[in-house]
Amino acid sequence: MFDDFIVRAFAAGIGLALVTGPLGCFIVWRRLSYFGDTIAHSALLGVTIAYAMNFNLIIAVFVVSCLLAISLLFLQRRTSLPDDALLGLLAHSVLAIGLVLLGILSFIRIDLMGLLFGDILSVNFTDVLFVWIGGGVVLTTLILIWRPLFAGTVNLELAKAEGLNPELATTIFTLLIASVIAISIKIVGILLITGLLIIPAAASRNLSSTPIQMAIISSIIGVCSVVIGLQTSMIWNTSTGPTILVITLGVFIITLLPLKKLLISKKKIELSDKR
Amino acid sequence: MNNYLVELNNCGVLRNHKWLVRGVSLKVSQGEIVTLIGPNGSGKSTTAKMSLDILKPDEGTNNIKKGIRISYVPQKISIDWSLPLRAIDFVNLVKKHKTSEINDALSITGIKHLIYEDVRNLSGGEFQRLLMARAIAKEPHFLVLDEPVQGVDYPGEIALYKTIQEIVKKINCGILLISHNLHVVMSQTDYVICLNGHVCCSGAPNTVIKEPEYIKLFGKNIDPTLAFYQHDHDHEHLPDGSIDDSGRDS
Repeated sequence: MFDDFIVRAFAAGIGLALVTGPLGCFIVWRRLSYFGDTIAHSALLGVTIAYAMNFNLIIAVFVVSCLLAISLLFLQRRTSLPDDALLGLLAHSVLAIGLVLLGILSFIRIDLMGLLFGDILSVNFTDVLFVWIGGGVVLTTLILIWRPLFAGTVNLELAKAEGLNPELATTIFTLLIASVIAISIKIVGILLITGLLIIPAAASRNLSSTPIQMAIISSIIGVCSVVIGLQTSMIWNTSTGPTILVITLGVFIITLLPLKKLLISKKKIELSDKR
Repeated sequence: MNNYLVELNNCGVLRNHKWLVRGVSLKVSQGEIVTLIGPNGSGKSTTAKMSLDILKPDEGTNNIKKGIRISYVPQKISIDWSLPLRAIDFVNLVKKHKTSEINDALSITGIKHLIYEDVRNLSGGEFQRLLMARAIAKEPHFLVLDEPVQGVDYPGEIALYKTIQEIVKKINCGILLISHNLHVVMSQTDYVICLNGHVCCSGAPNTVIKEPEYIKLFGKNIDPTLAFYQHDHDHEHLPDGSIDDSGRDS
């Protein structure tokens, strides 16, 4: 079954969307969207290292992303610069290091477009395995740290005072983002992964009234967008990663319509009719 | 015998070469209400955070009895718009409770009807009651209330103070209560500490109630929930809260 590249593309895309849903909610709640971008910028360095040392791409990107996340935590404690300045500093210096290294190692030829925008139709069986096993580990971990992470998101001091360990949960969460970005490179690419994390979560926000609802709906929106996006891209022969993102944007716009109000007013009219 | 839940020994917090608060010692035992009063910036919240171990003291030691359940009502919580959160979810934030327990806690603070309401639709006073309900639902051994009546209307304020007393009786916990109001302190308070960057004075409020000056100011028919704690100064404060020693004998 996995011989077919389309089946592999669906499997990889759906697996990724399941994970980015809940993870993206936390990114939106904690206002970390620029953080996802920063980690994605570091991916080029990881890719370069992977090619230079003939190493597994996903693992190399994961290691570089983790190092970046750890240096961010370190800088946050050492300097009094605001977070967005630190993220800007890290994002662009790591991107520059990656480009310089790429220039030095001139024998490496990287498909830059593939790296930036991903190529879901070229994923192999190992990539699909990485998505489902890695994604499974990420989701399980997120469920395990949900309470301290969520309580810390609402109020760090309250969570800390009442005996949870929100700081540990935050560190683990940072590593989870790093792993998802590593997994996603081949699928949507480093420029678009933040979109896949944030747009389904944002659309889901418009439909949900509890945090768990928002996480689940976000996953569902992500999966639907992947399925529709893949089919659309095959019909119109457009690049797949961007098409998926355009579909999530479409879903977001639909959720902006006053759907809830329409439903409620309909019910009210029915009720008044009965009277 | 060490029977206290929380103890601060000569604690101080230093930030940017300035002591936010210094030389604070206090003990809270089971079934006891200790009240911290003082003006803005006097170090009340900082002291509370040391007693919760959110802040490590830069000087002195803070001891919290091991294995006790702690509830904290912070001074300020802002819920981000992106976070869909109902009152019931907020009560379940740190520990999951049975719906009956949540209903009980919300009834005590008078907002049972708002259980499925989004927290961002609550008024300031309602949100304050929700914070309190969440703290009660945990049945804590040690409860820290940082200005729990802010934004609550006057009758609600008295009712909430009464509620606090009932909670102490019911679950027999120790309470550290913070108020910026120098004149209104609960009569059931066991011990009052007046802070202004350091401990200005401290004592039992009951001795103050009988003072003729208190009766002169408030009359005899004042609601017994509220007691007046007299603030005796043996020193002058400079505008930044530090103490003017020039007038003292050295």
